[in-house]
Amino acid sequence: MENIIIDIEKSLITAQGEMILRINASLEFGDLVVLFGDSGAGKTTLLRILSGLTNPDNGFIKVDNSVWFDSDSKINLVPQKRDIGFMFQDYALFPNMTVFENIAFAQKQIDRKQVLELIETFGLGGFAQRKPTKLSGGQKQRVALARALVRKPKLLMLDEPLSALDASMRTLLQDEIAKAHSYNETTTVLVSHDLTEVLRLAHKVIKISKGKVQTYGTPDEVFIDNRISGKVQITGNVVKIDKQDTFYLLTIVTGMNQILKVTAFQNDIDNLREGDRVMVFSKAFNPIVMKM
Amino acid sequence: MDINFLQTLLITLKLATSTTAILIIIGLPLAYWLAYSHFKLKPMIEALVSMPMVLPPSVIGYYMLVIYSPHNWFGSWLANAFDIRLAFTFEGVLIASVLFSLPFMVQPLQNGLRSLPDTLHEASYTLGKSKLTTFIRVLLPNIKPSIITAIALTFAHSIGEFGIVLMVGGNMPGETRVASIAIYDEVQSLNFTVANQYAFILFAVSFILLTIIYTINKRHDTWKIL
Repeated sequence: MENIIIDIEKSLITAQGEMILRINASLEFGDLVVLFGDSGAGKTTLLRILSGLTNPDNGFIKVDNSVWFDSDSKINLVPQKRDIGFMFQDYALFPNMTVFENIAFAQKQIDRKQVLELIETFGLGGFAQRKPTKLSGGQKQRVALARALVRKPKLLMLDEPLSALDASMRTLLQDEIAKAHSYNETTTVLVSHDLTEVLRLAHKVIKISKGKVQTYGTPDEVFIDNRISGKVQITGNVVKIDKQDTFYLLTIVTGMNQILKVTAFQNDIDNLREGDRVMVFSKAFNPIVMKM
Repeated sequence: MDINFLQTLLITLKLATSTTAILIIIGLPLAYWLAYSHFKLKPMIEALVSMPMVLPPSVIGYYMLVIYSPHNWFGSWLANAFDIRLAFTFEGVLIASVLFSLPFMVQPLQNGLRSLPDTLHEASYTLGKSKLTTFIRVLLPNIKPSIITAIALTFAHSIGEFGIVLMVGGNMPGETRVASIAIYDEVQSLNFTVANQYAFILFAVSFILLTIIYTINKRHDTWKIL
């Protein structure tokens, strides 16, 4: 099995002060791996280190038996030589080029057919001759994806690709990312702090906290609390806590933007505050499904 | 029209065009280096580039004369090896003019490059493109307004140059006599009609150039990078 082995260290200055980013992980070829964690945990920096845009202080990165970075033997491949696709948070489309030109620019040799095929695959048919400023957020995202893919990179990196979009667009484009991942069976590393996104897309999750790998495994292993035997589990954020006579009414917004009203008692409320992330689950028989 | 009048205008135009052309070639790489380098002594280089904006032209003119002088190693080397004398020649004025207009070319270009998001060149690198390809195909086309501003400012500034031309080139008809110096000369000889003609032409050219710059910048107001 071909692997991507990462063992790096870098000291960072963050808003919370100095932090050491120390990541040790090995990714399996063909996986879609999500880097999950709070903002400032070091996710974007890790992507930039993998792509060669930021240099780690020491360690090594090995991809498919070729060394991309090794501080001991002073090897540090420039981004141009790393065989990667990188999608930036702001998409970084070239404003002077049309959609077609943006994608064609990335090719080693111009192959109009491949560009047109990608344009079709990502539903950009009518927009090939438009400049990026004349595109919506979702369209820009798809152009950026297509551009990152056209070189058939060994490692595809997506930095919070959907953070700027609304919920319905997100769901749609998550499918595009899955499509992009299988387009040429690349290994994909995606930064996200959206749980829905992680559960929909990830084969593996690396949960990063304060610069360290907290857990690494399948989404189930990382997120689902096995101590609870509930059959229905929904996660969401508490947005409101209303006190009624003898109990409390919690308003929870789920990752899919559904609003739940859940009752709770004083002892449930004690360590809960508005904004907290919670799991709503139910055991045994009581959730009843009805077709809508 | 008077042949001397035309000749002076022609030399003025030749000086401004050559200065601008040379400065595009020097200014682009220099602005690129200043925009992206992390070199420790960069502030010193930036200060040197900007010096002509604050120094009186006579100071630079004086140093140029010293350097050109055959009593100095550079001047004597030029004279002995190539039989070239730069003081009071068009070429000498041109070199001085290039130095003196340097910030007018470099600063708009440098600011233009710095205003582009870093992800633009980083994206190009991750797509396997070299620094040169990135510069020519991604960065330059996206700072067009800055390039036009830099060219127009440099040209306008070279046309209006007075002090340094007078110091380095003197006032030799057909060689170093440019319009701005001719005005001074004609006024000295109480020849107000000709002075008026020169003055009006310089005024009109500068006015048109600056209007072009502001029109372009206004049109690109809505021109945003994303």
